[in-house]
Amino acid sequence: MPPREGTYGLLAEFDNPSDLVRATKQARHDGWRRMECYTPYPVEEAAEALNFHRNKVPLITLIGGLMGLAAMFSLETWISVLAYPLNIAGRPTYSWPAFVVPAYEWTILWAGLSACFGMLALNGLPALYHPLFNAPNFRDGATTDKFFLCLEAMDPKFDLIEAKAYLESFQPASVVEVQY
Amino acid sequence: MATSEVKTTDPGVDPATGEFRVLGQGQTFRSVTEKIAGIVLTPHTPLGWFALFGIGGAVATMLLVAVVWLFLVGVGIWAITQPVAWGFAIINFVWWIGIGHAGTLISAILLLFKQGWRNSINRFAEAMTIFAVVCAGMFPLIHVGRPWLGYWLLPIPLTMNIWPQFRSPLLWDVFAVSTYATISVVFWYMGMIPDFGTLRDRSTSKIGQYIYGMLSVGWRGSTRHWMRYETASLLLAGLATPLVLSVHTVISFDFAVAVLPGWHTTIFPPYFVAGAIYSGFAMVLTLAIPLRKFYHLEGLVTERHIDNMGKVMLATGFIVAYGYGMEVFMAWYSASHWEAFMMWNRMFGPMGWSYWVLVTCNLAIPLTTLWSRKLRTNVVFMFLLSLVVNTGMWFERFVIVVTSLYRDFLPSSWGTYRATKWDYMTYVGTLGLFTALFLLFVRFLPMIPMNEIRMMLPGAKITPKATAKAGD
Repeated sequence: MPPREGTYGLLAEFDNPSDLVRATKQARHDGWRRMECYTPYPVEEAAEALNFHRNKVPLITLIGGLMGLAAMFSLETWISVLAYPLNIAGRPTYSWPAFVVPAYEWTILWAGLSACFGMLALNGLPALYHPLFNAPNFRDGATTDKFFLCLEAMDPKFDLIEAKAYLESFQPASVVEVQY
Repeated sequence: MATSEVKTTDPGVDPATGEFRVLGQGQTFRSVTEKIAGIVLTPHTPLGWFALFGIGGAVATMLLVAVVWLFLVGVGIWAITQPVAWGFAIINFVWWIGIGHAGTLISAILLLFKQGWRNSINRFAEAMTIFAVVCAGMFPLIHVGRPWLGYWLLPIPLTMNIWPQFRSPLLWDVFAVSTYATISVVFWYMGMIPDFGTLRDRSTSKIGQYIYGMLSVGWRGSTRHWMRYETASLLLAGLATPLVLSVHTVISFDFAVAVLPGWHTTIFPPYFVAGAIYSGFAMVLTLAIPLRKFYHLEGLVTERHIDNMGKVMLATGFIVAYGYGMEVFMAWYSASHWEAFMMWNRMFGPMGWSYWVLVTCNLAIPLTTLWSRKLRTNVVFMFLLSLVVNTGMWFERFVIVVTSLYRDFLPSSWGTYRATKWDYMTYVGTLGLFTALFLLFVRFLPMIPMNEIRMMLPGAKITPKATAKAGD
């Protein structure tokens, strides 16, 4: 990706989650689409205001779990029936009830790893750089006690002067321009 | 909600909301963050930390000596022999794994049940889980005799063309414990990612910013990220819950699948799991009570937490009591001569004292006193009680392993068991290792999840009306 230049977006800072949610709802209502909230803890109302309801983490987890199940069960079957059949008191080599336990553990293992790494991948993490960290007030507050709404320059409605005035109308603590 | 029925004169109830108060009053997002992050980011390590770390490290060194000698000489330095071929190593393995289970219970099961009070204690309970699993996992590996061949347990292609035997619970254990360790670490680390972001932003030293920045994987608190993160947390909790139940079940299969009186019983899985949670909560109390005192965290880990943990211990303690009772009942009801003798021998044989230590520590003391709210909120009492229960649970495993083995079917093969100094050094050494690891965690990682505490603060309530003016 070529290095970008110019404005990433406008960042409005709020002191409490209620103001952030209200501003986000209004902005969405007014036709803004490329925007994002930044909060020090999960605020479900903000996600609703952004109209972000579903994500693909459960699907990835399900696929991962089923793969783990299939992988371990086939490995056990292959080992016990074909690769290294052991005759233990004449019991059948394909003794599937005994195979359930490791297969169950691997279902959980793969599902859990898929949930964590799938979440990170969908979030685009790990990310070594993000333009928002250029904002002077972002690092002080976003992970502590401040609530941010960012209108991104990618939005077709975005115009630096107008968007700034628009954000000011929500009476935020500050509005700063974020550079790439 | 039924909160209206709660008397508002109750000191534990917040008169503003009518709900039970979990955190101390007057906390804000910033005060909570500064309090928790300050413990990690301060350049001044308390002297007491060094003292404890020194003790823990010294004791862990003893473990190192014991293990090196074990590798040089062999498992003959332990007291294990016929008929007691499973000695301290298996007792300690089961004990440590059991302790770990409360951490998963607190972080996963109580999350699914939406028990908000868990938020203050889940992080260090999870850390406790991981360090307990570290200590536990070591024992089977050093017990195999030739630990450098430990990889034979894994289904990997070897030049000898030998594959493991998947019908054995001992192999199931390999998968159960390794999955448990992995998922616990993933859950723990994922829970810390947002807090690493906080530490990265609040750290003033270059090296702190660099390390916590790396650990935070670039977390910036985006709402879309948070929602996926919350989904993943919930899914991991949903996965960890059946996992934790399966781990101790599989461990109990190690015993229950053997045709030995005292082991061959179907009550083992639930009774092991309940015992695990019982001892694990005791260990959480053992750690939490000095920790909150030492770091002045009484506003975050309140008496209500201790009270709730006491209640969980009371409930699981009764399940354990039921297990003990059922073992005695089945010894009689099965009409099996061997079962009846085993139980008589367990209670009144040469090692009968260990059974009565167990009954005293696990049943007589806790299950009579934990009914009292006054005692449950008395931190000194609860600390002492947690030590008593930990001792009792260790003796439970001692009783299960040793008193079932040392006098089996044929009197001619009877023996006894007397642990050697190497057994004790290894066991006590893991306590030191655990202490040292835990102290490192307390010093360098956020021991209370800041992001989850913030959610519980009054400031997190969303109000529909404009508040921009009112707050000025």
